[in-house]
Amino acid sequence: MADTAKTQPVTSAALRRQMLAEFWFYFSENRGAVIGLFVFLALVIVAVLAPVIAPHSPFQQYRDAVLVPPFWLAGGNASYLLGTDPVGRDILSRLIYGAQYSLFIGLFVTTLSLTGGILVGLIAGYYRGWVDTVIMRLMDIILAFPSLLLALVLVAILGPSLTNGMIAIALTLQPHFVRLTRAAVMAEKSRDYVTAARLAGAGPFRLMFRTILPNCTAPLIVQATLSFSNAILDAAALGFLGMGAQPPAPEWGTMLAEAREFILRAWWVVTFPGLAILITVLAINLMGDGLRDALDPKMKRS
Amino acid sequence: MFGFLLRRIAVLIPTFIGVSIIAFAFIRLLPGDPVALLSGERVMSPERHAQISAQLGLDRPMVIQYLDYLHGVVTGDFGTSIVSKSPILKQFLALFPATVELSFCAILIAVALGIPAGIIAAIKRGSAIDQSMMGIALVGYSMPIFWWGLLLIILFSGILQWTPVSGRISLMFYFPPVTGFMLIDSLLSGQKGAFSSAVSHLILPSVVLATIPLAVIARQTRSAMLEVLSEDYIRTARAKGLSPFRVVSLHALRNAMIPVITTIGLQIGVMLAGAILTETIFSWPGIGKWMVDSVFRRDYPVIQGGLLLIAGIIMVVNLIVDLLYGLINPRIRH
Repeated sequence: MADTAKTQPVTSAALRRQMLAEFWFYFSENRGAVIGLFVFLALVIVAVLAPVIAPHSPFQQYRDAVLVPPFWLAGGNASYLLGTDPVGRDILSRLIYGAQYSLFIGLFVTTLSLTGGILVGLIAGYYRGWVDTVIMRLMDIILAFPSLLLALVLVAILGPSLTNGMIAIALTLQPHFVRLTRAAVMAEKSRDYVTAARLAGAGPFRLMFRTILPNCTAPLIVQATLSFSNAILDAAALGFLGMGAQPPAPEWGTMLAEAREFILRAWWVVTFPGLAILITVLAINLMGDGLRDALDPKMKRS
Repeated sequence: MFGFLLRRIAVLIPTFIGVSIIAFAFIRLLPGDPVALLSGERVMSPERHAQISAQLGLDRPMVIQYLDYLHGVVTGDFGTSIVSKSPILKQFLALFPATVELSFCAILIAVALGIPAGIIAAIKRGSAIDQSMMGIALVGYSMPIFWWGLLLIILFSGILQWTPVSGRISLMFYFPPVTGFMLIDSLLSGQKGAFSSAVSHLILPSVVLATIPLAVIARQTRSAMLEVLSEDYIRTARAKGLSPFRVVSLHALRNAMIPVITTIGLQIGVMLAGAILTETIFSWPGIGKWMVDSVFRRDYPVIQGGLLLIAGIIMVVNLIVDLLYGLINPRIRH
């Protein structure tokens, strides 16, 4: 009898703290994931502080300093650390401002496709029947096109711009979220706690969003990190093809497109923007791997 | 098995109809007059406008137009290019072998390197080999391949001068296409040096296109192997005294390959998207470059036809992968 009196009621805040601690324990076991997290945080800081840390304006053209090599090469200039591009703009400053573009693209596209995908997936998985069939056929249709091709064609319809590119990419990434949410909802829906909530009088909206959705978040978080890096890659590819952000925007893919004809004369105008894309995407994918290991109960080694 | 095949095809039909509706609707969604867009003529008299409109069937109800379009598609008529005035299917068939050749070489590289790398990493789990291989795979998976292609051009075409920058074969050689596959045609032509020229043009684009599938296949093979290696029957095989090589090659590999084959099949779609970038960088005259060029030329009938053809190919490939999966894994058929 005395034992039951001693047990503390577990508050949901304490439970959450414990889950977070457990999550961090598994996440921090993965060295790559922690490195990825730190690189990503550094990029966020660079993007936020871009106006403070960039040595030059990303648009200022120094006509007397065209295609200056990086400072450690002969002919380099310490005021342009990574050299200048064919019209004399400081590459480092453009890369720093480019971080704003890439992170914004990732955030915008992921938010758009995640919310859209969750909404549609919840409806499909909860109601089933013909609604489900129609939705899933629609998703199959979107998945039948290679994402970059669909984005390219959508941009051809809507007109080349970064906003249209992001909408197109979000549309192509969305079916993955729909499928994941639907599968998770279908698995959770028949569980006892959902039945209990329904018997307690919860309506369909409360059941979908408050009861079921919080228990489906693990695969969605992993997919969201994947989408974040995919969005950055696809947007850069669109920019590279001239169909994304338009010059003179310092978007990394667009910078590569502008530099293409100079590749055999000035390697630095091509190398650094691509390296920036690679490092960003790699950092996010490293985090994604760590998240998957930490959130997937099957991978946990107790 | 036959029932399984029929079920898969039955699912495919509504998807294909949906894809065709999208391809059909896309030109009508464009801002501007579809008559002008489809004929490529910007300024025209009202009489000419009415004439073209009737000629293209644009004056009829939308549903009839769609059924007409679908009828054309089924009978192989995908319309005519505005720019070159030649039938779209003909252009597609002329360019498609170039993309197939490139994709085939790329998938060959990806499988030939990816599967052994995944197996070795799984067997040596946690070792330096495993960690460095998976590190490289993650870099490959995160690679912006358009940049990777440019880097390889700088190194191999610029600094080392080993490979040409663009095209399928040196301009020195000319022979009529027989199969459309440059490697075969150059051999058939019997011209000295033609084959090696074709190979040297093919290497860099194939490597670039193989990069992401290679990384995906290596990662998938490793995780599939790890899963299988922890099964009871593997322990039994080990306990029986089988050599580690036989355990891996006979018992583990066969079961681990099931998810890997699906992954390889799914890479075909990835490849066609990658071909858009790879072919643009290397001026490779395939369907990826054709699509990009058409977007720039606003050749809407070609974009429409190409979209439908590429989606159709991916759907057929996915169907074949599904069937293969059913063949090697009987559990899935029911």
